[in-house]
Amino acid sequence: MNLAYHDIRHSFGRFLLTCVGLGLLLGVVLAMIGIYRGLVVDALTIARAPAIDLWVVEANTRGPFAEASRIPGDIRESIARIVDVTAAGSITYQTVEAEHQGDKLRLYVIGYELTRPGGPPELAEGRDIARSHYEMVADRSTGLTLGERIQLGRHIFTIVGLTRHQVNSGGDPAVYITLSDAQKLQFDLAPPAARVQLARGAGSANLNTINAVVARLHPNASPESTAATIRRWKHLAAITQEEQELILSRSLVDRARRQIGLFTSLLLVVSAVIIALIIFTMTMEKLKQIATLKLIGAPDRTIIGMIVQQALALGIIGFATGATLIATIKDYFPRRVILEPDNVAALGLVVLVVCLLSSGLGVRAALRVDPATALGG
Amino acid sequence: MRAESISKHFGEGDTRVDALRDVSLEVFPRQVVALLGPSGSGKTTLLNIIGCILDPSAGSMELDGELVLRDGRWQSSDLRRLRLDKIGFIFQFHNLLPFLDATDNVAIVLRLAGADIATARERAGELLDDLEVGHRKNAMPAKLSGGEAQRVAIARALANSPRIILADEPTAALDSKRAAIVMDLLRKLAIERNAAIIAVTHDEKIFDRFDRIFQLRDGRLDGSDPADLDRSA
Repeated sequence: MNLAYHDIRHSFGRFLLTCVGLGLLLGVVLAMIGIYRGLVVDALTIARAPAIDLWVVEANTRGPFAEASRIPGDIRESIARIVDVTAAGSITYQTVEAEHQGDKLRLYVIGYELTRPGGPPELAEGRDIARSHYEMVADRSTGLTLGERIQLGRHIFTIVGLTRHQVNSGGDPAVYITLSDAQKLQFDLAPPAARVQLARGAGSANLNTINAVVARLHPNASPESTAATIRRWKHLAAITQEEQELILSRSLVDRARRQIGLFTSLLLVVSAVIIALIIFTMTMEKLKQIATLKLIGAPDRTIIGMIVQQALALGIIGFATGATLIATIKDYFPRRVILEPDNVAALGLVVLVVCLLSSGLGVRAALRVDPATALGG
Repeated sequence: MRAESISKHFGEGDTRVDALRDVSLEVFPRQVVALLGPSGSGKTTLLNIIGCILDPSAGSMELDGELVLRDGRWQSSDLRRLRLDKIGFIFQFHNLLPFLDATDNVAIVLRLAGADIATARERAGELLDDLEVGHRKNAMPAKLSGGEAQRVAIARALANSPRIILADEPTAALDSKRAAIVMDLLRKLAIERNAAIIAVTHDEKIFDRFDRIFQLRDGRLDGSDPADLDRSA
């Protein structure tokens, strides 16, 4: 005769509502963990996309993400000639706002050289850019579809391919265009402004400027020593992929990461306190019944079993409810929510431990109950 | 049940309160006895000590021929088992477990004593039939009338065939007609099951249902010789 089961069945509606309430709370905790993971992964996505080993940027900067970096486009050729470099590509990054279906659409525009590192990773749909101009690979989160046309600057681009989960650290979806298109978009002046410049005799600006050169190295080459070689040239800075990821996660999104991390920790503590209170209250409400059980000869293990089983049932059902809820709705969040199995399992474990500790409080109270309290009114 | 020189005090020094002073009484099988007394006279304290749920300060007690208390010390380390095997409890407000149906409320005592679930439920059903509440065996306590709930509680108290049944105001929640029925039932069961019943009560309407009446005043039992204490007390 399982007393915990009978007690739950007796007040099933109430128990279920408590589980759902707890589930919602744990769902919020899971969502925060997912948002935290999403923020970190999003911050690294663009840096990881080209699958390279080395970033060459403007001297004395930690660009191109944490700081602005502008270097001449012909630097790529110098980098490509370094002995351990197998491939190098010029790359530009800029944020633009475009009109799309009557709304403003913020895009993180990445310009790259078609046959060199720096292009989009695996495509979800469509094809890579094949023409030198006015084709674009966009992330699905832009809402753009294959074949759709969108105006950037003074030119109209056609979407030929779609990527998945390519966003910058601010959550703006990435689009890829050719380097020359990106340079025009970034540095070409509007016709009236160009006329003014010509009238001043300033001539046209040098378009061959890029934000960084990305380089792939031989498998056995050391990125650190190649970076050191480049740094010796004095007019450039070199950052290994590992350093770049560290800059992104520790510097660029550090405050947001810590903010969310702290809030998640607080939420976890609040959840633990609420779980403890629920379980403790559930036990305190049953003290008279526990006293009766003790009086009629129930051993302590029967009473402990009842409290612990109910606490675990509450925790497991609540956690399963929360996890199911968040797994169902996570894709509707404006930014990526990443539920990694180890994070989910860790939270589940925390919930179980909290339930056990909380039931310990209830058990302590139950074991202190004097069976004599069952007698009398 | 034979209790000798049972004393119980709470606190020490200026705050010392003597709840029971040198109380002796003997109750025989098939007897139904009452403990009377004003509030604070020590009735509940005495009932708790006989029920092995309160440690006395001094005294000895025999239960079913077994010395369970000697010079104020329990002789068994497992009083829970002692209660389970030898004592049945009936409460003022039935105290049925609200999450178990009538059958399981009775069967739980048998399960705690080690019976398997089928045997426990079968025996519980028989007891409920004996107490004429068999037709309500699947009802939850909240659905039982006061009289039905008290009968289920009596069935629970009888489940392990205890040698002594302690009843705390067993008829307090019942009207006089039902109170008389319950007392007659307890008397019948005491005789049938060779058990003794000790009831704390204030209900004068049922005094005539007791074989003997013990009166407590300020922790003393009037007349230490049980033979002197009859219903005229």
